[in-house]
Amino acid sequence: MEHIRTPKVENVRLVDRVSPKKAALGTLYLTATHVIFVENSPDTRKETWILHSQISTIEKQATTATGCPLLIRCKNFQIIQLIIPQERDCHDVYVSLIRLARPVKYEELYCFSFNPMLDKEEREQGWVLINLSEEYKRMGLPNNYWQLSDVNREYRVCDSYPTELYVPKSATAHIIVGSSKFRSRRRFPVLSYYYKDNHASICRSSQPLSGFSARCLEDEQMLQAIRKANPGSDFVYVVDTRPKLNAMANRAAGKGYENEDNYSNIKFQFIGIENIHVMRNSLQKMLEVCELKSPSMSDFLWGLENSGWLRHIKAIMDAGIFIAKAVSEEGASVLVHCSDGWDRTAQVCSVASLLLDPHYRTLKGFMVLIEKDWISFGHKFNHRYGNLDGDPKEISPVIDQFIECVWQLMEQFPCAFEFNERFLIHIQHHIYSCQFGNFLCNSQKERRELKIQERTYSLWAHLWKNRADYLNPLFRADHSQTQGTLHLPTTPCNFMYKFWSGMYNRFEKGMQPRQSVTDYLMAVKEETQQLEEELEALEERLEKIQKVQLNCTKVKSKQSEPSRHSGFSTSDNSIANTPQDYSGNMKSFPSRSPSQGDEDSALILTQDNLKSSDPDLSANSDQESGVEDLSCRSPSGGEHAPSEDSGKDRDSDEAVFLTA
Amino acid sequence: MEFAELIKTPRVDNVVLHRPFYPAVEGTLCLTGHHLILSSRQDNTEELWLLHSNIDAIDKRFVGSLGTIIIKCKDFRIIQLDIPGMEECLNIASSIEALSTLDSITLMYPFFYRPMFEVTEDGWHSFLPEQEFELYSSATGEWRLSYVNKEFAVCPSYPPIVIVPKSIDDEALRKVATFRHGGRFPVLSYYHQKNGMVIMRSGQPLTGTNGRRCKEDEKLINATLRVGKRGYVIDTRSLNVAQQARAKGGGFEQEAHYPQWRRIHKSIERYHILQESLIKLVEACNDQTHNMDRWLSKLEASNWLTHIKEILTTACLAAQCIDREGASVLIHGTEGTDSTLQVTSLAQIILEPRSRTIRGFEALIEREWLQAGHPFQQRCAQSAYCNTKQKWEAPVFLLFLDCVWQILRQFPCSFEFNENFLIMLFEHAYASQFGTFLGNSESERCKLKLQQKTMSLWSWVNQPSELSKYTNPLFEANNLVIWPSVAPQSLPLWEGIFLRWNRSSKYLDEAYEEMVNIIEYNKELQAKVNILRRQLAELETEDGMQESP
Repeated sequence: MEHIRTPKVENVRLVDRVSPKKAALGTLYLTATHVIFVENSPDTRKETWILHSQISTIEKQATTATGCPLLIRCKNFQIIQLIIPQERDCHDVYVSLIRLARPVKYEELYCFSFNPMLDKEEREQGWVLINLSEEYKRMGLPNNYWQLSDVNREYRVCDSYPTELYVPKSATAHIIVGSSKFRSRRRFPVLSYYYKDNHASICRSSQPLSGFSARCLEDEQMLQAIRKANPGSDFVYVVDTRPKLNAMANRAAGKGYENEDNYSNIKFQFIGIENIHVMRNSLQKMLEVCELKSPSMSDFLWGLENSGWLRHIKAIMDAGIFIAKAVSEEGASVLVHCSDGWDRTAQVCSVASLLLDPHYRTLKGFMVLIEKDWISFGHKFNHRYGNLDGDPKEISPVIDQFIECVWQLMEQFPCAFEFNERFLIHIQHHIYSCQFGNFLCNSQKERRELKIQERTYSLWAHLWKNRADYLNPLFRADHSQTQGTLHLPTTPCNFMYKFWSGMYNRFEKGMQPRQSVTDYLMAVKEETQQLEEELEALEERLEKIQKVQLNCTKVKSKQSEPSRHSGFSTSDNSIANTPQDYSGNMKSFPSRSPSQGDEDSALILTQDNLKSSDPDLSANSDQESGVEDLSCRSPSGGEHAPSEDSGKDRDSDEAVFLTA
Repeated sequence: MEFAELIKTPRVDNVVLHRPFYPAVEGTLCLTGHHLILSSRQDNTEELWLLHSNIDAIDKRFVGSLGTIIIKCKDFRIIQLDIPGMEECLNIASSIEALSTLDSITLMYPFFYRPMFEVTEDGWHSFLPEQEFELYSSATGEWRLSYVNKEFAVCPSYPPIVIVPKSIDDEALRKVATFRHGGRFPVLSYYHQKNGMVIMRSGQPLTGTNGRRCKEDEKLINATLRVGKRGYVIDTRSLNVAQQARAKGGGFEQEAHYPQWRRIHKSIERYHILQESLIKLVEACNDQTHNMDRWLSKLEASNWLTHIKEILTTACLAAQCIDREGASVLIHGTEGTDSTLQVTSLAQIILEPRSRTIRGFEALIEREWLQAGHPFQQRCAQSAYCNTKQKWEAPVFLLFLDCVWQILRQFPCSFEFNENFLIMLFEHAYASQFGTFLGNSESERCKLKLQQKTMSLWSWVNQPSELSKYTNPLFEANNLVIWPSVAPQSLPLWEGIFLRWNRSSKYLDEAYEEMVNIIEYNKELQAKVNILRRQLAELETEDGMQESP
């Protein structure tokens, strides 16, 4: 590739973030898609793979006696610090990465070279796994009140909306088109979720172009039609998810919010969620806190508070809770909008749907939810997550916040979700990785033009194939927590919202619980299943022997005694056995490395020795195998070689986890 | 009985009880010498039995003739009683106040409690020092039991039996005792079987401003070192505080006099600073009105988690010296009865797999807290709602339990007990029907004849039916040293204790139950499969025998 100035640098050091004195010596490779660091240590040859698309910032720091430090921050919250001996090499790597991390056209993205070795048919099947037509059918649509509209075929009315849209039966094409002209970017009110039990619905749109006094008859009729589609209620909530001040400021630009006097039977409500710029800064501040080297508790809590991050998470949750309550308890339909109706609106609609409908708390249902409220309704993935080089002011962790809301709910309702934390983390990773085509572009229209489905693979199929890794062992379809709406307390339980270290510090393994209850229970359940099968087989055989009572040939019990102790390794004992730097900056503490000179060091593997205990995206960050031939792989020709590996290794790593 | 004098109104009808997450209950309120009881006289309705000693503070207010008493408990629970009639309400309030602040220990409930269960194992004899020592003596001959403190004359806060280096005789111990705060001469706290290193604890040396020294003290400490080895003195006070202590006759080990020892200062807070921290934290948890930012800033301002981090870090450091440096450690602060014990006991949790079992943890509490002379009576006299300034209260033990919970959270499969076990210990340390946590030292317990007059907590807890509540279904014996993370990100608030009464735990309880079910079902199947396998094997051997001739 023309952008790679130097494909290989030797004697590079990878600095351990927890104990900076420890650094691994190795070789750095740049390929078309990845940065790869291979440790020299012959026992491990540990590899660290970073996808270019994950790179958020690259920082060249002042050269020191030991070399030139390069700091790479990733969008999945990994931080890599390299020390490159020669300033010139460092500069070359830096310049190359700057370019590689900011592709200018979609074809440069990893998904166009990623080849998981599936045939055409498998790929196509992958893309139909999640089917929104089926989803609307599941909701009970079409019915007497709602119909599929073809008004947006070929994206004629709104180019950021999908073609398949549900609108109230009484909303004629005339009303829709009229309403669309009165809404930002023509995002007119359409159905997001229909609550079968009481006909209430969640609809979404962008802000009205009301300015200080403008009206639109069709738009008013549109809201009227939404109200009429719910015979159980004589009003509609209109929820503006912006802070009131922001909404008012928009009026000066000819935009704004609904005037209750002009619309019959609406109840208007502001729920202040801040805009993408505030959210971007908030995340930035929180990540700075996460990055602090041995912070005090006060540094951390103060920084967390100061970032405002949890306040924003709570605001989104509060909006979702409000809407879920309106729908399920009051039986009222809700129209949700913000400014353009593709960020806050997507967050709030999907949180509310998740609270209302247990289906969205299943693996497949959650994929459907993202497909529906985010992908199909034109959430601008490309702009928000900076897949292609673009305006940095457009970048904002909108879906990250939604994913965190789900995690916060999982913490409150541990049995209610079919999937586990790892599922959320992997989805977050792949929103940025561009390894799969699902999240490319800013709208359905763009994706169709790019022929995504013919040229790339679907993440959903990949996750579904590996679903065993993503299951929550505590989930039972018949459990009471699994049924119906999730009810959260009405009191302002601020303490309910917690810092998610499993996401934001997830590459600092030492900070995470060293034994995973989820993995332990999954292993138990797996064994239980084997036992059930064995029990059945034994009973059968016993019956046979007792019945026949003759000397048939002996069959040795083929299964060995189930030994739970060798089976369930949930703890990463190597980490358990690596003390941190507890002495802080204590001068008096000996400099001798703690891991030296222990007669029992055989037991105490160093952290780096071990296979990554997290099957987590190790595909892209922590590969272990198949390193020998790496050096002869020409980076330019290696376009799909690493991708093959990641596909393969992901599986093997994941398998290793339960049996290691 | 003088209780009758304190109970002005023993019974009030039509009292309404309000508790969070429960519907209000109307019933009859009764006061007994030790309990406040509310009974609805309806079937299936839960009654309230509250020990007076659990009451930390009460507020009363009146609206017309309806009085309301708000009872704040030492376990952080807040309940409200609506009492019709002003006089009744005032009487009840003053009775509760009097009964919950009895001066005399011998009037406490443990002296009146008659167990309703059959005692199969007397907990007073479950953890004898001689037995504990046997565990060590098989591994090393370098230590001995000393009875020098048999009459509590050498050190009033030590137990009659302590473990000391074999080469140091009782006469020397007496001399050392005069050189250590409270007579607390260095004794063995923990012996690390893996490498023979030890943790010792003591009170601060009484060096004073003129650098007094004690040859016997130096000899005693050095006797614990192997040839050519060095040790660490971990002083739980900052250097500054330790230096100031010299003015009051205290001090620290001067390097010149203890050349084989390297001193490390940490700063674990004590007394009212901890108590204030607890008060602020519980206040923050109970405040439902504030917004997210205020919650975080109040959590931060309470400093509770800062204390947790500091204590855990010091314990990890001690454990690191032992296990990784192969160096013995002497730990002390000022008295050696608070932060010292937090550190020595947590270091053992990290180092010693046995202390992560139920029995082992009980033994640890017995050894490192009760026998070691942590003044439970003083420290746990008041809890988070106390509004009178008293000098001796401090949630030292609760901080220790919180630290254990933090390690348990990071290693959820390495402990035989669960969170409920820790919560139970917290409750009993502050208010209990058992005598275990009464008194401030072994000598006080001896004088009170607790063994004869009260029941031991362990007698009750160690019944199989009780134990099952406290057993961690995820437990897998882990023989390794476990190194917890002390990063702030790894140390969350202990919700099970501090938010216990502020949020419904329904869904979390259900999750726990589900977890137990998954594991129980697996065990059941395993048992079934094993039986069938055996049957099958027998049948097949029979067949084989018939076949072989």
